[in-house]
Amino acid sequence: MNLKGKVYKFGADIDTDAIIPARYLNTADPQELAKHCMEDADPNFPSKVKAGDIIVADKNFGCGSSREHAPIAIKAAGISCVVAKSFARIFYRNSINIGLPILECPRGVDAINEGDEIEVDLVKGLVKNLRTGEEYEATPFPEFMQGIMVKGGLINYVKEKI
Amino acid sequence: MGMTISQKILAKHAGRDFVEAGELINCKVDVVLGNDITSPVAIEEFNKLGVDGVFDRDKVVLVPDHFTPNKDIKSAEQCKLMRNFAKEKGITNYFEIGQMGIEHCLLPEQGLALPGDLIIGADSHTCTYGALGAFATGVGSTDMAAAMATGEAWFRVPESIKFVYYGNLPKWVSGKDLILYTIGDIGVDGARYMSMEFTGEVIDNLSMDNRLTMANMAIEAGGKNGIVAPDDITRQYVEKRAKRPYEFLASDADAKYAEIREYDVSKLEPIVAFPHLPENAKKVSEATHVNIDQVVIGSCTNGRIEDLEIAANILKGKRVHPEIRVIIFPGTQQIYLEAMRKGFIESFIEAGAIVSTPTCGPCLGGHMGILASGEKAVATTNRNFVGRMGHPESEVYLASPAVAAASALKGRITPPWEI
Repeated sequence: MNLKGKVYKFGADIDTDAIIPARYLNTADPQELAKHCMEDADPNFPSKVKAGDIIVADKNFGCGSSREHAPIAIKAAGISCVVAKSFARIFYRNSINIGLPILECPRGVDAINEGDEIEVDLVKGLVKNLRTGEEYEATPFPEFMQGIMVKGGLINYVKEKI
Repeated sequence: MGMTISQKILAKHAGRDFVEAGELINCKVDVVLGNDITSPVAIEEFNKLGVDGVFDRDKVVLVPDHFTPNKDIKSAEQCKLMRNFAKEKGITNYFEIGQMGIEHCLLPEQGLALPGDLIIGADSHTCTYGALGAFATGVGSTDMAAAMATGEAWFRVPESIKFVYYGNLPKWVSGKDLILYTIGDIGVDGARYMSMEFTGEVIDNLSMDNRLTMANMAIEAGGKNGIVAPDDITRQYVEKRAKRPYEFLASDADAKYAEIREYDVSKLEPIVAFPHLPENAKKVSEATHVNIDQVVIGSCTNGRIEDLEIAANILKGKRVHPEIRVIIFPGTQQIYLEAMRKGFIESFIEAGAIVSTPTCGPCLGGHMGILASGEKAVATTNRNFVGRMGHPESEVYLASPAVAAASALKGRITPPWEI
């Protein structure tokens, strides 16, 4: 599956409070959460993000809380994929579990700028910057996690096993 | 080849003799925990699985602690959903207001988290229970949902970093200072995906309350879990609380570590973590220029009886700075009661502080002490991210109860020895 989108670039250690502040966690409605996605990192983000856009971030994206509302908010805001140098553990796990595509691509992040158009090949694990034509290999997922992703998340995966 | 204590617990719960770091394994879990923010999402996912009941009514623990006492109608609805689920599924460990506490203070106190356990919780500070010699880690709501149905979860066996603390712990330096110092050293992703094993003569002599504080903040270094090998201090803590068997495990002498870091604590000072990351650790003596508006003492990090005792000893017979709002929130009803019997609550109120019922409220900017733009707080909590306690332009300085209490009297960040 190939995803193509415009890049919103973020720095290192973007925490879950920046992705979705706790003051909005009195609901789990994805559309409500999407209205405040990334608000404390970039107040204009919820109004300018369009379906298919891609977040590219430095190291340790999603650090902090276990709130699944963070990947839910990103997914509901229309973001098609998050590419980062690395992800915090719980965010990584949650994204796989709810079916938000994520890729660790340490080499690509620095060469991608805000506003660039990039193409992500999730199967091959490739990130291509369409502005420069350069292509970067992402860290491959273990087979087990691919199995969860192919089913569209953990619930479908577990359902077949029960 | 030997195993670390973390590997041993995971191996046991996977029905294996040996597991290697990096392996992906499926394990049976002893406890599945959720709160009023994460459980509603988990319940929705659980219902999609089409199973009737939870895997074990005694092993699912539900604690409404984040936005309780319900701060608004939406929060009340979330709690109602959780309460109804608990009732419908016959969950024995649902803690209603009046019995509840901040989950990571409550579970150890109630003997629900025990040495040798494998615990997952839909709350990142689930790693707290590592202080008891359990393998405990935070997960999201979907993992919680799957585990409530199956009693199992998948894990990547983590590499371990061994932290060795030695020397004489100076007066005023607590578990909070040790962990803030450690996070300052390795950074907020210094232990990403890894186990943090706390060892050494300083840990051997550290009280359980202080160990719980240290393990609590393993997540702030990106750690999967923090862990202390159980000993006599652990035994004294759990033997009167446990209602089921538990097991003391320890790392083998030839266990493999990704890294070993040694710290001489003899010259340490209390630490203050500056905004907006817990890794921004500075000595308290380098922070005395920071004027503050609010002091918060409590949370799953520092809301236990020893924490309150230190604060009470500093505040007793004095008045907090007239321009400072001081909010103290004991971790559980039992801690609250004990603090009252020991006269701590009286000392707080006479000093001009307020005492709240147990809640996560102020720590995550939920309610009960939100900051306005430009305001600064010293908090004994665990995170100082942008907007963590309120307005995105407010600031949180993380510190120990001693530093927080001293700062409450002076109106600026203050070393406890100044009082």
